[in-house]
Amino acid sequence: MPELQPADQPLLDVRHVTKRFGGVVANHDISLSVERGTIVGLIGPNGSGKTTLFNSIVGYHPIDAGEIWFGGQEISRYRVDHIARMGLLRTFQQTRIFGEMTCLENMLVSLPEAQRTMLDLFGKGRRRDRARAAELLEFVGLHSKRHHRAGSLSFGQQKLLEFAMALMSEPEMLLLDEPTAGINPTLINGLVDRLRRANAELGITLLVIEHNMRVIMNMAEYIYCLAHGELLAAGPPEEIRNDARVIDAYLGAS
Amino acid sequence: MNRKTAHIIALLALLALGLALPWIAPAHLSQLSKLWLFLVMAFGWDLLGGQAGYNSFGNIVFFGIGMYAALALQVGLYYPVAEYTAAKGGGTEFVFTARQIYTGLALGIPFGGLVAMFSAVIFGGLLLGMRGHYFAIATLGLAVAAAELAAGWDYIGAGSGMVAPTLPDAVNGTRLFYYLSFGLAALALLFFSWLYSTRFRLAINAIRDDEDKAEAMGHYTVRHKMMAWAISALFTGLAGAIYGNLSRFIDPHDIAFNAEVGVWMILMAILGGKGTFWGPVIGAIVFFGAKELFWTWLLGWQRVALGVLIVIIVVFFPRGIVGWVRERWPRLFIEPEPDEEALDDTAPPMAGGKGEASHA
Amino acid sequence: MTVQNLQLLLQAPIFNVQLLLDGMWIGAVFALAAIGMALVWGVMNIINVSQGEFVMLGGFITVWAMEQGLHPLFGIPLAAVALFVLGWLLYRLVIWRIVEADMFTSLLATFGISIMLQQLMNTVFGADVRTAESGLGISFLFGGAITVPQIKALSFVLSFAIGLALWLFLKKARLGQAIRATAQNARAARILGIDTDRVYAATYAINAALCGAAGALVVMAWSIHPYMGLPYTLRSFMIVITAGLGNLAGVIAAGLGLGVAEQFAGFLLGAEFQLAFVFLLLVVVLVARQIALARKRQYLK
Repeated sequence: MPELQPADQPLLDVRHVTKRFGGVVANHDISLSVERGTIVGLIGPNGSGKTTLFNSIVGYHPIDAGEIWFGGQEISRYRVDHIARMGLLRTFQQTRIFGEMTCLENMLVSLPEAQRTMLDLFGKGRRRDRARAAELLEFVGLHSKRHHRAGSLSFGQQKLLEFAMALMSEPEMLLLDEPTAGINPTLINGLVDRLRRANAELGITLLVIEHNMRVIMNMAEYIYCLAHGELLAAGPPEEIRNDARVIDAYLGAS
Repeated sequence: MNRKTAHIIALLALLALGLALPWIAPAHLSQLSKLWLFLVMAFGWDLLGGQAGYNSFGNIVFFGIGMYAALALQVGLYYPVAEYTAAKGGGTEFVFTARQIYTGLALGIPFGGLVAMFSAVIFGGLLLGMRGHYFAIATLGLAVAAAELAAGWDYIGAGSGMVAPTLPDAVNGTRLFYYLSFGLAALALLFFSWLYSTRFRLAINAIRDDEDKAEAMGHYTVRHKMMAWAISALFTGLAGAIYGNLSRFIDPHDIAFNAEVGVWMILMAILGGKGTFWGPVIGAIVFFGAKELFWTWLLGWQRVALGVLIVIIVVFFPRGIVGWVRERWPRLFIEPEPDEEALDDTAPPMAGGKGEASHA
Repeated sequence: MTVQNLQLLLQAPIFNVQLLLDGMWIGAVFALAAIGMALVWGVMNIINVSQGEFVMLGGFITVWAMEQGLHPLFGIPLAAVALFVLGWLLYRLVIWRIVEADMFTSLLATFGISIMLQQLMNTVFGADVRTAESGLGISFLFGGAITVPQIKALSFVLSFAIGLALWLFLKKARLGQAIRATAQNARAARILGIDTDRVYAATYAINAALCGAAGALVVMAWSIHPYMGLPYTLRSFMIVITAGLGNLAGVIAAGLGLGVAEQFAGFLLGAEFQLAFVFLLLVVVLVARQIALARKRQYLK
């Protein structure tokens, strides 16, 4: 993807974004930025507007105010598929994969569209792509299930598949919506490790919504905290961890 | 024997059977021609409905458009269409030579298909943004609107319809139309056999399984939907063009834009197994057989029987015959492709992942 | 033809009033059928494609009653009861199996029912267009310029009366309230002890009864035919999606509006294109809705 922005600009720059649903203000004047190659966390009690913000960023709905800059372009008017082709992908809280297709097929259908031509579409898939798909499935530990219907996988396995599919698309940046939710605690370390490696080895910038404090404090370099649709606090994990307002927000919400 | 070989053998057997039928069952050629056309219509619908997840209740609109466009051209090449349709004999007094018949067919049938495809592109722009039952009913509305419009358009015969060009004695219509029908079916079988092995199939399956997700991954969903819709219209239109000739006479409500026939297309695909290759094939054959049975033995109640059949299929066998087979013998379906096996041998744990992900 | 008729409308306003009234009489019946469809859709998430066939059947039962010597007006309660029973039966045989299923399944299943009913009516009642003579006369307004067949005006009033009765039932009667509760949240209703299965059966049967009554009105004031059902189904659908599922006033307005629009279209475009107009309008309404939603990057669900 041609990069028109100077290297010191953040990859993702959300400026004063507001989103309303009817009378409810889900996001109010939210600003955050993510530097290329970093892992940034987004936390906050349930209902604070984190997923709404993700949806706004990826173009799922139009925003009411503000701007969203990605890779040097203002994207708030773009449609979901266009933004995805620019290299900004997201995973879903409820884990969405293509249930009727095999894992391998799910991977093959995740090839970055922007680089494909019509001829590719009507081909059977290059050997190289199939090899890479198998490799990524191996990376998340699903290689043995590659010919199984994705819908037959357990929830945790589907989450891993979704993650592998995201990697297959070679994104610049990945928005992860609660990647460890519903995963067996003994496997969380494995997942976090893979996320770190995706970031370190493949250079994928990550913005992660997380409820698991241990995970996000260890993984993120910078954290934003939302509450009641507004930005409550921002800073490195050590600061956020001890921020009274953040603690209040979580305690108040429970 | 693996899946691919079995598939090829079955395909060849079916094609051979089709070629041989004029010698095996010459008395039933007209009916068998319809069966081949039904097969094509089932494929056409299933591409859109079973593979892409866009359940059209009005695919018949392309059937009718192809039918009228073809016949209009077949006549219009040699005589003014308006005069032809206005004629008292319904057009039977116009004389066509064998040469004119053949030329008419050679040009008319593809023309019918192309006009249908072209109209699909126009309609698609309007309708493909809708999903689910809205799409279903919008397409139904389109089909019944087409019937009414055709019924009011004198140029193509309005409510009285149009008669296909009378065949001179030199032309054996039954055989000719059989080979045209079978030819189209053969083309469809080979084409869809190929199409379903490409990544395009995966792309439209993705739309079916989760369109939002496909968009979120950057797929050109609009483009893919439109392509499936256009291909579906093309084949349905071609089938219509041939059917119009086969039935020798076309009219807006009963033959060209018959909403009920439009639903038959859906039924065939579901009965056989939505979203599979052999589903439409098996579904068309079984459905056609059932229909013939009902129309022969239950005349006067055949539609009641058909209605009951529809309800039974939809309620009790939504996955169809192929789906049922898949459930009983799942092993038949997980076998990998041969070239994949070679790849698998080279993919032991290379990236050093932290072991297999067991059930989390 | 069209241009001449248009000029006629512009030059002689009185024609507009005639068309308006004609449209309202039939529009009320459209609204009645639409209310039934909205009921089944809202409560059970089923789009009843055999809606029009229920209407036709109501008309045929009225014709039969007339042939037995009863005045067709008795057809209204008779058709309502008969269709209620039919609706209940259909629910017990078929519909209960598809209540939890997806829309596509219910569309197909009810389409199957409609095909069955079409031919049953054809076989039992014959393939002719039928009408039932109510014996009511014609009134004249504005010194004879406007004709109002009294049966049509009566049908209008009765449609409203039936609609009102239904509204009261849903508001006051226990079963009516149970239906509304189930429509809002079936699971919660079940937890509260409501037998949702009975609610569904009642809803479907009530819808059938509404259509039956509508059919009785149609056969008296207009005409019926075994294969004339689908237009009614599509009209109901159009009205419901224009007005929105919970919007009773909207359904009535849309029903009347559609009736009027159809009359004008029939007058301007010719009677043979009236149905074409209705069906194209359906497509146009859906497309317009879709475009409006697309602005918000949503789609019709």
